[in-house]
Amino acid sequence: MGPRSSHIALIPDVDQIRNETGFSEASLLRLYGRFQTLDRNKKGFLSRTDLQQIGALAVNPLGDRIIDSFFLDGSQQVDFAGFARVLAHFRPVDEEEAATRDPKDPEPLNSRMNKLRCELIFLSPTPSPVAFQLYDLDRDGKISRNEMLQVLRLMVGVQVTDEQLESITDRTVQEADEDGDGAVSFLEFTKSLEKMNIEQKMSIRILK
Amino acid sequence: MLRTTLLLLCLPLAGAGATEEPTQESGSLGEPPPGLALFRWQWHEVEAPYLVALWILVASLAKIASRVQAGLLDFLLFGSLISAVDPVAVLAVFEEVHVNETLFIIVFGESLLNDAVTVVLYKVCNSFVEMGSANVQATDYMKGVASLFVVSLGGAAVGLVFAFLLALTTRFTKRVRIIEPLLVFLLAYAAYLTAEMASLSAILAVTMCGLGCKKYVEANISHKSRTAVKYTMKTLASCAETVIFMLLGISAVDSSKWAWDSGLVLGTLFFILFFRALGVVLQTWVLNQFRLVPLDKIDQVVMSYGGLRGAVAFALVILLDRTKVPAKDYFVATTIVVVFFTVIVQGLTIKPLVKWLKVKRSEHHKPTLNQELHEHTFDHILAAVEDVVGHHGYHYWRDRWEQFDKKYLSQLLMRRSAYRIRDQIWDVYYRLNIRDAISFVDQGGHVLSSTGLTLPSMPSRNSMAETSVTNLLRESGSGACLDLQVIDTVRSGRDREDAVMHHLLCGGLYKPRRRYKASCGRHFISEDAQERQDKEVFQQNMKRRLESFKSTKHNICFTKNKPRTRKAGHKKKDGMANAEATLEKPRDLGFQDTAAVILTVESEEEEESDSSETEKEDDEGIIFVARATSEVLQEGKISGSFEVCPSPRIIPPSPTCAEKELPWKSGQGDLAVYVSSETTKIVPVDMQTGWNQSISSLESLASPPCTQAPTLTCLPPHPLGIEEPQVPLDLSADPRSSFAFPPSLAKAGRSRSESSADLPQQQELQPLMGHKDHTHLSPGTANSHWCIQFNRGGRL
Repeated sequence: MGPRSSHIALIPDVDQIRNETGFSEASLLRLYGRFQTLDRNKKGFLSRTDLQQIGALAVNPLGDRIIDSFFLDGSQQVDFAGFARVLAHFRPVDEEEAATRDPKDPEPLNSRMNKLRCELIFLSPTPSPVAFQLYDLDRDGKISRNEMLQVLRLMVGVQVTDEQLESITDRTVQEADEDGDGAVSFLEFTKSLEKMNIEQKMSIRILK
Repeated sequence: MLRTTLLLLCLPLAGAGATEEPTQESGSLGEPPPGLALFRWQWHEVEAPYLVALWILVASLAKIASRVQAGLLDFLLFGSLISAVDPVAVLAVFEEVHVNETLFIIVFGESLLNDAVTVVLYKVCNSFVEMGSANVQATDYMKGVASLFVVSLGGAAVGLVFAFLLALTTRFTKRVRIIEPLLVFLLAYAAYLTAEMASLSAILAVTMCGLGCKKYVEANISHKSRTAVKYTMKTLASCAETVIFMLLGISAVDSSKWAWDSGLVLGTLFFILFFRALGVVLQTWVLNQFRLVPLDKIDQVVMSYGGLRGAVAFALVILLDRTKVPAKDYFVATTIVVVFFTVIVQGLTIKPLVKWLKVKRSEHHKPTLNQELHEHTFDHILAAVEDVVGHHGYHYWRDRWEQFDKKYLSQLLMRRSAYRIRDQIWDVYYRLNIRDAISFVDQGGHVLSSTGLTLPSMPSRNSMAETSVTNLLRESGSGACLDLQVIDTVRSGRDREDAVMHHLLCGGLYKPRRRYKASCGRHFISEDAQERQDKEVFQQNMKRRLESFKSTKHNICFTKNKPRTRKAGHKKKDGMANAEATLEKPRDLGFQDTAAVILTVESEEEEESDSSETEKEDDEGIIFVARATSEVLQEGKISGSFEVCPSPRIIPPSPTCAEKELPWKSGQGDLAVYVSSETTKIVPVDMQTGWNQSISSLESLASPPCTQAPTLTCLPPHPLGIEEPQVPLDLSADPRSSFAFPPSLAKAGRSRSESSADLPQQQELQPLMGHKDHTHLSPGTANSHWCIQFNRGGRL
């Protein structure tokens, strides 16, 4: 993408990254170029301010959380491997690859479950190594009504009043909650979205 | 000849240069966004018929029998009109089949947008034919290609202009709702006519008009207008379709219009199928390089098989000029056969084909908030990721468009009120709520009472004139989440209320007097019921008369005394009674013991009963009776004396199972007297005698004659004409004096009963006196019971 991305060998740990993420060479090169573009001071890693420079993220309601999602484990920097790993969730699912995959290998990062988990990661305000933290701030493995309310608050426009928002939250939780505990567990969450074509939706073509 | 071969060579180049699949429009990413993507892919849409026309031409040249005198251009012309897929036919068939949205939008989109191509090709070829093949030059081909763009883009632009106009005008129609459907129809038709006038693509104009204005018009116009527009359009559309196909059929029968040529017909049939399939395959291959979700073989089969020809082809062929195109009649016949074949054979068999190939069907799942919410989340996430990656992809542009729309367009084109509460998540929630509310009410629930709502005044998305209960519920943000799941748990409460009210009414409603009485066998039962009813009605009537009479003579200051004495009376009550009373809910009490009376007295005073004011004042006189009940309570059980009491009782109807769970009903015997609330007025004690008399008289009618005798015999000590002093005498003599009402009131009461109007009543009631004595025999409890029961009888 930029003049600096030249050779695949320049990328550190390129083989490991490729195995983990499944990106093609071209995609990796492109991502690396982007990484270097974002990395203004040539530190070799990205910090939060680097990502915040991207103007479009500022107008995105979930922009902050997405930036946070890149920084796992509470660290303040992300190297290219981490960058690529997070983006690998958005790689389109390849049918043949899925068929020939060795079942013993760990589930590829762009499988459906992982895409869902990724969405969950993105929606939690605090980064966490474990997957399921959707709105799950207290990390109890469930989305409580409050957590859902917070996310809805982010996403819904300002014209919707608080009471209306509460009603929406109540209904949302009610729809998904099957065991009646007032919170949505990960399984319930996946079940409520089973009709949605997650693989297709959470994929960016350019990352093939 | 040389020229024609040159032409032949040029055409493939022209065709090959534009072999994009015209149908890969918004469907390219798997979901139909709200009409935006059409802008992007449109220029791809319009090239497929070129290919087909070309091939038909080639085949026709090779195969056509020499009977048909037609040159290259003629066949080009024919090819251009026969290859166009018809939106009407496609819609009619695919709506039946319910394939998944991608497939549907591909085929249907193609049919809509290829109108521009068809029109252009047809016109170009027609003009070429008119000019004669010798005069056609290279520049004309260029002009032809250029006119293609002009026609299609121009048509779209016209449509958009009218869409903008339509959205803008509907913004201001709040006070004249009736013209909204008119506006929609007329402006859309005006778009069509304008495009026709400028010889642009009219179908494209109308399509773009609809697409562009939908979002804003839907928000602006009223619900009724929306319904009107929708159904009128559907009706008009189906009328038009019918007429077109009828015309087709008639023309088929009219043999003067066509001439049969087997070679042409059969060849055309075969080649349209073959070349369409070929075209689809080639173009899909090209497109799959760019698609996220590739179109697989099954999709391609459906796409090629679903290309139905229809009335457009027929109309165009009829318009051919026979002098310029001598082979017109053959073309007409061929077109008719092709149209019939595709519509009938292909249209009928596509459904089994789809089933056999296991094509993914459109899933009509109920919209859930979760899905809506998460879709939005995904969109945001993906847009952000695209930003991070630095790629301006689909989501990026979509986001940009939505921002632009929100900032400028929506503000300009949407009504203020609609714009304010404009949010997609909210929309889904709103619609779901309405759906639930409708089904809730359908099941018989009474929304307002169960949630205890009053009318809030929050601004709703519709005008205030359209606020409904659902809106109120929604806006008040009440806990009444009318979710279907929740309804189940609420059911029991509602059922209870229903059962209560039902029994109230059943028991309480008076039956009209029967003119025809059944004889003997069931005589007693019917008589009893009838008599009881008569009794009660009589009592009520009596009471009402007394009340009205009293009220005319009432001293106003009298009423002022009442509250105080009432309160005093209450305070003097036994603490137990009070405690019991205050603990119960008003409604429940009707079925409780005498404690009911006390509180219902209170509640009657406090609640808005439907009694008149005068009657209410008279209720103050209840004080005495109330105290009596407190004494009664002190005295103990009452139920024992029920059988002695002549008071009217209605045996409650056998409890329903819903009732059985009603706490107040489960344990009680036949306590309750279900009388309408109007009988709740309790006659002041000084009128009690009259009352008692009336009761007794009624009872005497019902009870066996033997009981009457003693009453009659007891009568003698009481002369018929009851004089004034007798009333208080009775009262003082009676144990009822234990009522201990303040003498002042008694006096006042006495003063009231002076008029002769009372006398006749009392005279009527006279015979009952004895009976009353009869009851007096039992310790004062009986009377008080009677009074109490009477009161309670009037309770609910």
